[in-house]
Amino acid sequence: MSILSKANKEALVNPLNLNNPVVMQVLGICSALAVTAKLEPAIVMGLSVTIITAFSNLIISLIRKSIPNRIRIIVQLVVVAALVTIVSQVLKAFAYDVSVQLSVYVGLIITNCILMGRLEAFAMMNKPWPSFLDGIGNGIGYALILIIVGFVRELLGSGTLLNFQVIPQWCYDHGYVNNGMMTMPAMSLIIVGCVIWAHRAYNKELN
Amino acid sequence: MEHLLSLFVRSIFVDNMIFAFFLGMCSYLAVSKTVKTALGLGVAVTFVLLITVPVDYLLQVYVLGPDCLVEGVDLSFLSFILFIAVIAAIVQLVEMIVERFSPSLYAALGIFLPLIAVNCAIMGASLFMQQRITMPDTNSQAITGIWDALAYALGSGIGWLLAITCLAAIREKMAYTDVPRPLQGLGITFITVGLMAMAFMCFSGLNL
Repeated sequence: MSILSKANKEALVNPLNLNNPVVMQVLGICSALAVTAKLEPAIVMGLSVTIITAFSNLIISLIRKSIPNRIRIIVQLVVVAALVTIVSQVLKAFAYDVSVQLSVYVGLIITNCILMGRLEAFAMMNKPWPSFLDGIGNGIGYALILIIVGFVRELLGSGTLLNFQVIPQWCYDHGYVNNGMMTMPAMSLIIVGCVIWAHRAYNKELN
Repeated sequence: MEHLLSLFVRSIFVDNMIFAFFLGMCSYLAVSKTVKTALGLGVAVTFVLLITVPVDYLLQVYVLGPDCLVEGVDLSFLSFILFIAVIAAIVQLVEMIVERFSPSLYAALGIFLPLIAVNCAIMGASLFMQQRITMPDTNSQAITGIWDALAYALGSGIGWLLAITCLAAIREKMAYTDVPRPLQGLGITFITVGLMAMAFMCFSGLNL
């Protein structure tokens, strides 16, 4: 048996485009909008969510047969909360600046709908290995949208990428001005709206 | 008193859960198709906020904070797990109470009642409250006592209710407009919320 059978590969690749958690399933919008003013926090957030989805899917899938149905939501929340606490402490220790920028949104990964959605829809009825791949796929699909939005907002809003100046000085000398609007929270909604528009226009079969 | 009032008004307009922090977006987008259900969910969210935030405040101040239980021990790293447990328990309680005393409202809210437990607005309000406890008293956002926590919870809830009702009203009217096909549904809703958020940005100059 190969490591990536056809079904497993689908679990990993599908969420990247056709079944993207943000633009198709409309999950995890809150943090996708709030942390994308700069590229760096967007990448860190995407990475944290990928790790947490993968491992919470794995753990829940391992114990899925012993969870009583009535209290499964609380069991899932406790597993996720424990993982998020670990990630939050690691971020505070090794990337303090970014964890300050992310502020409460690290804690809010617990209530990120992608996690609960994937646990309910996939991990509760699949074996550990496909669940783990599904978690990674969905996490990366989420990170992808975050990176696109963060890229556009940082480039147009501050003229930088990962805090390096990208737009050269002579542009500013000739009257180019950063679009301050892009750093405002309202613009992230409109950019995500445009991403959804482009995605649906590109994948015609979705209409 | 003045501080309470300013905290209350600020949390409705300036620090609006939806337009300033994007909390509770998932159910905000999913349930805002008709005004009636939107209103019902808004009231339920306000109610849950009103109970969880003060309870979490008491936990944070008397159990989790530095030197509370044992001298020299700071348990705040446990706050995520404790807060989510409180929220899940209270949502379960609210569900049972509503089912017992108002079966019609229970039927109308359906699946969205238990889903309030994973609404980020509830968890977010508790986490912001935790941040605001450490602010100096002079800051108009500081939460210094249980009444402040209550005012903040009520304000945030009403702000959320206001936002979801507005969007539902706009979406009901938008059914009659001619939107490009790929933009229909989710896409145009996002752009509408973006424009509403821009309108709400003008409150940020409000000095209370």
